[in-house]
Amino acid sequence: MAKRIDRRDFLRLAGIGGVGVVFASALPGVARAHGDDDFYFLQLSDTHWGFEGAPNPDARGTLPKAIRSVNALEQRPDFIIFTGDLTHTTDNPVERRKRLSEFRQIVGQLEVKDLRFMPGEHDASLDNGKAFQEFFGATHYTFDHKGVHFIVIDNVSDPRAQIGEEQLAWLAADLKRQKADAPIVVFTHRPLFDLVPQWDWATRDGAKAIELLMPYKNVTVFYGHIHQEHHHMTGHIAHHAAKGLMFPLPAPGSQPNRAPLPWNAAEPYKGLGFRSVEAELGEARYEITEYPVQKA
Amino acid sequence: MAIKQRVLGIAAAVIGFAIASSVAVHAATSPKVIKISSKRFEYKPHAVKLKKGVPVVLELVTEDIVMGFNLPDFGVRADIVPGKVARVKFTPDKTGTFIFLCDIFCGGGHEEMKGNIVVVD
Repeated sequence: MAKRIDRRDFLRLAGIGGVGVVFASALPGVARAHGDDDFYFLQLSDTHWGFEGAPNPDARGTLPKAIRSVNALEQRPDFIIFTGDLTHTTDNPVERRKRLSEFRQIVGQLEVKDLRFMPGEHDASLDNGKAFQEFFGATHYTFDHKGVHFIVIDNVSDPRAQIGEEQLAWLAADLKRQKADAPIVVFTHRPLFDLVPQWDWATRDGAKAIELLMPYKNVTVFYGHIHQEHHHMTGHIAHHAAKGLMFPLPAPGSQPNRAPLPWNAAEPYKGLGFRSVEAELGEARYEITEYPVQKA
Repeated sequence: MAIKQRVLGIAAAVIGFAIASSVAVHAATSPKVIKISSKRFEYKPHAVKLKKGVPVVLELVTEDIVMGFNLPDFGVRADIVPGKVARVKFTPDKTGTFIFLCDIFCGGGHEEMKGNIVVVD
């Protein structure tokens, strides 16, 4: 059984010492004994393997550096989820598979072996997820871990940025099997809500998924796509966007264009990173800690 | 004769009024039509100027593959299918510069496929 993680120990182990950001996502209504079921997982996102360009002159080195940082964590996470855009898009199906293959080989260097994957539009929208599935299996699925029900929703394999009626029916059927106060964590690539539709930061039928989730008291969503930390509430449901590992993007709607932020040689990898999510079921909350690509 | 001329005069006035009314009604309801062509990864034109309060129909075509047209600030969107003209009608009710974009992932340059609609008084 995993050792229970004390939050202060955890932050000390994380070595963030005022550098990282902690965000607590409350789960009202959950009353469980604080104990050995507490755990944490990592969210890595938007690695865009295959990208080349000025926004990241260390495009082939950033992900390996992040992996070394993950492997250096003293307390290992129970699992790691990659929330999409594993690879940068290419119109060439052969090159797409080459990038997916290289990505799989690189993340194979993670010492944590419970890895979960989901596609982003860069991986899946040009072939409805076909190549992704060849390497990583299903694009939407569920799993349970220490009392938390995890749901991976695919809102990218349809190039129209839709979940689709079939998957929504699957989601509804899965949710029917959950208690109203069950701890539920949802992973998506795109935001389920309209963050900035003008920048394609939305899911066309995301409101339908939120409507299905709304009756459940304890739902938290973690997603990627926007290459930055962001927190938003739809009713009682918290949505947390993660930083990426290739290039940061501007704050939502802060400028006309959604162009990558320029690389800053004085502060390399600024705006990039990954996060841990500590599930403190006894305290009915998740705690998010943001990590840089590598320690300064 | 005088009566006949008066009747003809009245008839002409009525017809003239009817024609004038028809033109006026037609002018008030007939929207401005703007054609926008798309292909990977651009719209032509990519900048469109409109007048607030004047109805407009956008006629959208694609030269290659299925594209999207999304103008979120006015709740306007359409799929653009090869060989067909997609028409969307709306009346701009606010001034400013508004982004339209392709919202169907169409390839490596998809994220740059966008344009502006400028609405003036």
